[in-house]
Amino acid sequence: MSARNIFTRPARLAAIAPYGWMVLFFLVPFGFVLKLSLSQVVNAQPPYLPVFDLGAGWQVLFAAFSALSLDNFRLLLSDNLYLMAGLRSLTVAATATALLLLIGYPIAYAMARLPRRWQPLAMMLVIVPFWTSFLIRVYAWINILQHDGLLNQVLLALHIVSEPVVWLSTDTAMYIGMVYSYLPFMILPLYATLSKLDPALLEAAADLGSSPLQSFWRVTLPLSLPGVGAGALLCFIPLVGEFVIPDLLAGSDSLMIGQTLWLEFFTNRDWPVAAATAVMLLLILLLPLVIYDRFQRRQMVRS
Amino acid sequence: MGPLSETTPQASADAALPLLRIDTVGKQFGGFTAVDGVSLDIKAGEFFALLGPSGCGKTTLLRMLAGFETPDTGRILLHGEDVARMPPHQRPVNMMFQSYALFPHLNVRDNIAFGLRRAGMPRAEINARVAELLALVRLEGLEKRRPEQLSGGQRQRVALARAVARRPQLLLLDEPLAALDKKLRDSTQRELLALQRKLGLTFIVVTHDQDEAMTLADRIGVMNAGRLAQVATPRQLYEEPRSRWVAEFVGDVNIIEGRIETREAGRLRVTTQGAGALTALAPRHLGDAADVCVAIRPEKIRVSQRAPAQDFAAGTINRLEGTIANVSYLGSVSSYTIALDGGATLRASLANAARVSADAYAVGQRVTAWFAPEDCIVLDR
Repeated sequence: MSARNIFTRPARLAAIAPYGWMVLFFLVPFGFVLKLSLSQVVNAQPPYLPVFDLGAGWQVLFAAFSALSLDNFRLLLSDNLYLMAGLRSLTVAATATALLLLIGYPIAYAMARLPRRWQPLAMMLVIVPFWTSFLIRVYAWINILQHDGLLNQVLLALHIVSEPVVWLSTDTAMYIGMVYSYLPFMILPLYATLSKLDPALLEAAADLGSSPLQSFWRVTLPLSLPGVGAGALLCFIPLVGEFVIPDLLAGSDSLMIGQTLWLEFFTNRDWPVAAATAVMLLLILLLPLVIYDRFQRRQMVRS
Repeated sequence: MGPLSETTPQASADAALPLLRIDTVGKQFGGFTAVDGVSLDIKAGEFFALLGPSGCGKTTLLRMLAGFETPDTGRILLHGEDVARMPPHQRPVNMMFQSYALFPHLNVRDNIAFGLRRAGMPRAEINARVAELLALVRLEGLEKRRPEQLSGGQRQRVALARAVARRPQLLLLDEPLAALDKKLRDSTQRELLALQRKLGLTFIVVTHDQDEAMTLADRIGVMNAGRLAQVATPRQLYEEPRSRWVAEFVGDVNIIEGRIETREAGRLRVTTQGAGALTALAPRHLGDAADVCVAIRPEKIRVSQRAPAQDFAAGTINRLEGTIANVSYLGSVSSYTIALDGGATLRASLANAARVSADAYAVGQRVTAWFAPEDCIVLDR
């Protein structure tokens, strides 16, 4: 074996395995979805055409291929409903991510400043909600936010409001649910970068005349930007496609893209349009990923 | 500019006051006493070294001067003003960190300019100052580099430039050369010294390396268990240690325990367990205790095959017979371990002055070791 070939056979297999995983569980299913999005809806089982029959010979297969069309995508782009849903998804996800950042950053900062022996406990407390099903936790919020729920009872008892406030089926309820559910995904990457911050850097900043606030702006914040990016991405991407939280907590007057997808699939039984929506969603979400990847690459080149 | 260019009124009013007076400063962590009532004066323009083993409190003392720790007791007077409780960002003192603590997200130029920007210096002045500093530490052309793109030696010079950028009245250096390899350390020592003289700043350097302290410092404060064991020039510290601990910590030494028998005409007669009776010059400071130890530096001991040619009168030289037990050849010197007939062991180091030396001894050889009473340091046990 030549000296250049540092990968032994098992090592090469191990290096290929993740790609195999991606092909099998992401690319192949995505191929199905893509094909489905190019099909036509019909009243049949399965509810779309064309259907590929690999045993039927080349002629039939070729005919099936030529039947694929971009009609569903034209529909998505021409109908305001989908554009509005897409726009709402992006603004809701962006707003929720901003709120998460505002709430998560101070928490992560405080955690990183705790004495070392308390940090694992704080970490546990952040992760502990995961031990209960996500769906149950969202239902619990319905309980808290409903007309005679815990929140209104507390507000009334404290004489902050004189009559019950309508929380449920509002955007406020949706944002509460989103911030609550996604907070750990924001806190953990932030905590990871903040706890790695060398305390000597803050001492150096103070030594060179920075007040604590200036030190935060000039040193802590810039150095925690990778954590901010990772946390924001981890929250923003699933939030754009979020279905359960807006469906259970928000009103029904405007939909997020995940909700329209669900409606097309289950209520309209229009699988091809639902598939086209999913493809569009993926394309939209590629954009922040590409930007983040650029940013990471720049950081890598530096170091 | 504030603290940078300000001439403090107290300084001119009270010329007798030193730049820095550390007055019975103490600091405890939990139950552990890190610094125990240290008092020290530092003159303006001085290069002072705090030397000691790890955990002796030297770094804690330095951090109290920088403002990162607050003393439990005592005062820190800078130009007569007590700064012990002043937060670090308000002190006219800068520090160079052992890890350098360069800002990884800023380039060389912005690292050096960091303190100047915080002080609100006009842009043009900052540019001029940074250019001047880059020239001073020979880093021109590297201003756009980030710290991770620099070698260890270059990082060290950026840290130094950043620390002196604000022209602090006092510069604190925490193990400034510890991260450099030996060759680089020697040349950097000379540069550091030249820079201190050129800028006329007052330096306090913390180090565990006695060669470094001796090369750099005008005066050295040796610390042990939170206290200053001795403050002296490098020469005094080596030749006139004030305690057995200092004698053993600084350089190599033979310690022989004994009892004072007679004191006459400035000379002491000390009887020892393993080396017979020794004559020593009576030191200026010595307690009343009769139990003492005699410290002799290895290079003060002469070794010869026969008794010394000069026929010394009794009591004018200490002469001991023994056998060579071990020889270490170290290049410029050779170190001999001599098993004395009295039972003690003595280490002597002899310069290898010639390539083929007549004074090379072999293990098992009988020799006479001799040293003058002036070379014996008598210390309390």
